[in-house]
Amino acid sequence: MSKKRTGVFVCHCGTNIAATVDVARVAKEMADENTVAFTQEYVYMCSEPGQESVVQAIKDNKLDSVVVTCCSPNLHEKTFRDNAKRAGINNFTCEIANIREQCSWVHADKAKGTEKAIKISRSIVRRVNRNNPLEAIAVPVTKRAMVIGGGIAGIQAALDIANAGIEVILVEKQATIGGRMLQLSETFPTLDCSQCVLSPKMVEVNRHPNIRLMTYSEVQEVGGSVGNFRVKVLKKPTFVDPDKCKICDHCTAVCPQVVPNEYELNLNARRAIYIPYAQAIPASFTLDIDACLGLNPVVCGKCKDVCEAGAIDYDMQPQTVTEDVGAIVVATGFDLYGQENMYEMGGGKVEDVLDGLQFERLISASGATHGHILRPSDHKEPKDVVFIQCVGSRDPAKHCAYCSKICCMYTAKHARLYKKHVPDGRAYVFYIDIRSGGKGYEEFVQRTMEDDDTLYLRGRVSKLYRKGEKIKVMGTDTLTGQNVEIDADMVVLALAMVPSQGTVDIAKTLKIGRDKDGFLAEAHPKLRPVESVTGGIYLAGAAQAPKDIPETVAQAGAAAAKVIALLSQATLNRSPLIAKVRPSHCTGCGMCVEACPFIAIRLENGKAIVNEALCEGCGSCSATCLRAAIDVKNVTQLQIHEMIEACLA
Amino acid sequence: MSEPQADFEPKIVAFLCKWCSSAGSDLAGVSRIQYPANATPITIPCTGAVSPMYILSAFNKGADGVLVSGCHIGDCHYIEGNYLARRKMHLTMELLKFIGLEPNRFRMSWVSAAEGAKFAQVVTEFVDDVRKLGPQDKLRKVVSQ
Repeated sequence: MSKKRTGVFVCHCGTNIAATVDVARVAKEMADENTVAFTQEYVYMCSEPGQESVVQAIKDNKLDSVVVTCCSPNLHEKTFRDNAKRAGINNFTCEIANIREQCSWVHADKAKGTEKAIKISRSIVRRVNRNNPLEAIAVPVTKRAMVIGGGIAGIQAALDIANAGIEVILVEKQATIGGRMLQLSETFPTLDCSQCVLSPKMVEVNRHPNIRLMTYSEVQEVGGSVGNFRVKVLKKPTFVDPDKCKICDHCTAVCPQVVPNEYELNLNARRAIYIPYAQAIPASFTLDIDACLGLNPVVCGKCKDVCEAGAIDYDMQPQTVTEDVGAIVVATGFDLYGQENMYEMGGGKVEDVLDGLQFERLISASGATHGHILRPSDHKEPKDVVFIQCVGSRDPAKHCAYCSKICCMYTAKHARLYKKHVPDGRAYVFYIDIRSGGKGYEEFVQRTMEDDDTLYLRGRVSKLYRKGEKIKVMGTDTLTGQNVEIDADMVVLALAMVPSQGTVDIAKTLKIGRDKDGFLAEAHPKLRPVESVTGGIYLAGAAQAPKDIPETVAQAGAAAAKVIALLSQATLNRSPLIAKVRPSHCTGCGMCVEACPFIAIRLENGKAIVNEALCEGCGSCSATCLRAAIDVKNVTQLQIHEMIEACLA
Repeated sequence: MSEPQADFEPKIVAFLCKWCSSAGSDLAGVSRIQYPANATPITIPCTGAVSPMYILSAFNKGADGVLVSGCHIGDCHYIEGNYLARRKMHLTMELLKFIGLEPNRFRMSWVSAAEGAKFAQVVTEFVDDVRKLGPQDKLRKVVSQ
């Protein structure tokens, strides 16, 4: 092997690196390396002149490999590999030494930071010394997308992708699409009816020639990678054929089984056979197997007897369907932080203490009380209603540290809607401060305070308990410095938004990360807000972070645009950093075959063979090979040993 | 066991998987969480790719401590690489103890991409523990002059 001619480019990143790492010394030390033919420092290597200087230096000095010591490879590996290619050398001979995130930003001591930066840089120089030129592997793309979650985020993403002419499979766990938005009464700041805005979109999804809707279905398993995922979906039996069901409602009239209605947040009950909402899509009844007496005509069978359409089929079986898709959008939404976690707010045990979603159902014309505000306990109209904001939010000591973002607005909306329904009622709002950033939002809150005569009290509630007919709410008004006691008829808690259980589960299934609060993690907080860390998997809606409807719709559109861009390519480039066997060293012991999680290695004539289409390049094989006969390209055992040496010099 | 040595700066090699712990160290950086500079990171695709030979090689080349950090069990980007790593590293630990090396010189941890603070804490604690043990010379290759 002829000696490499490596160029080392040391970035100052303004003062981000240069303040705590002696960049000149890093460059000087690298110049002393045997294989380094050129070194250069620059204040912003990723800027246009910085990148140009890299290209020029490669050409002028006939460099064959490049090390850029700068920020994380997640940010600029692609940038500099593209530059290497532009300068006419192989892009896989360019590597990044991360001396910012892993060094300058975390070590204030300049002497120690510089030492570490030198070790990191030297280890990468040694690695590059044995890097081989590689070509990315072109793989065909499956031009079909899957959207998981049928709330407003999933609906919007599915429609946008489908309108671009790409087939979409929309998977929803519940019996209907619509998600949380379908449960809302009116939406801020315009107070237009949520269902009126959403229903046409739901119908469009159902009728769209490019959208295949799978409700009452759950994603079970995902394999493959960007461009070519294979997804197993479990289609649970509804025991009702949606094509035959005429939603005549005869079955519910005879069903003897009554269970709490989760779609109405348990404010009323439903039968074992039910339709979640009048606007449900698909427009069909569903038989809840857990509530049913047992699909046994001898035991009951009443629904089947009355169904004139013959839509009920007790023999319907769960089905597992395998779908090939090129991209996935995860839009699995949020839940509310459980009242049972809020001991100081009664822990969910005090009657007439509702959460925000229950209040939405209470004021919704399609809700349990047909839009009349009545207390669940005695069906009387409440005259004193206390709304409490930040319940569980902004409380790092006991609950969720983050702000749930939408509660200031929906509490203002609730107060206004309450005053509209009960003009002689009194509304009180306990708040920490009002966060009403958004178009028309601040004006909306001001109108609630001034025009609707809502009493805003700046302070928190320490305790509430039932006292006879009333709920005693004990709080503080920090602006007057007085403690406040209110005898309320109803209390509405603006509970924190938390990632839904479906979000928690799907993150595991898809192996995409979650952030410290449990929401789905985006690839970069500012520059890649709709991508997950895994290529080809995109995020939309409140599963990623608390957000309101316009933001959700915008993010869903952005995710759709990313999917369309991805699936518009004829082929995708796959990383060529996969396993390679050195047949001369292989004894055919088969340990690598056992270790491979992807079943990508087999033995043939006593030698290991790698299936390049299946290998993901994890390196589990190389770590088991006693003779170093199998290695991941450009991450070989020899390279690692030399990197270790460089780290300890 | 040696007495704590205040002026001793241990040399540590940290094998970080690309998907979780390396990303976690990036988050520690972005969050500017300070921790000791003694551990030099080597990013590998997966902890499953860490051969016991790397651990021995690091001690042989003069490391006072070796850290291996990957995705939480069940969260491996490569499905089961960290399970393989856990088994291998357990055996490696047994081997190191058999040789007579202090167990605190070798550590495996699980740090996700979201756990920047945890990454800093893991490194800080490990550096402290290794510092207490003093220089490692059991497996260090002595080059005679």
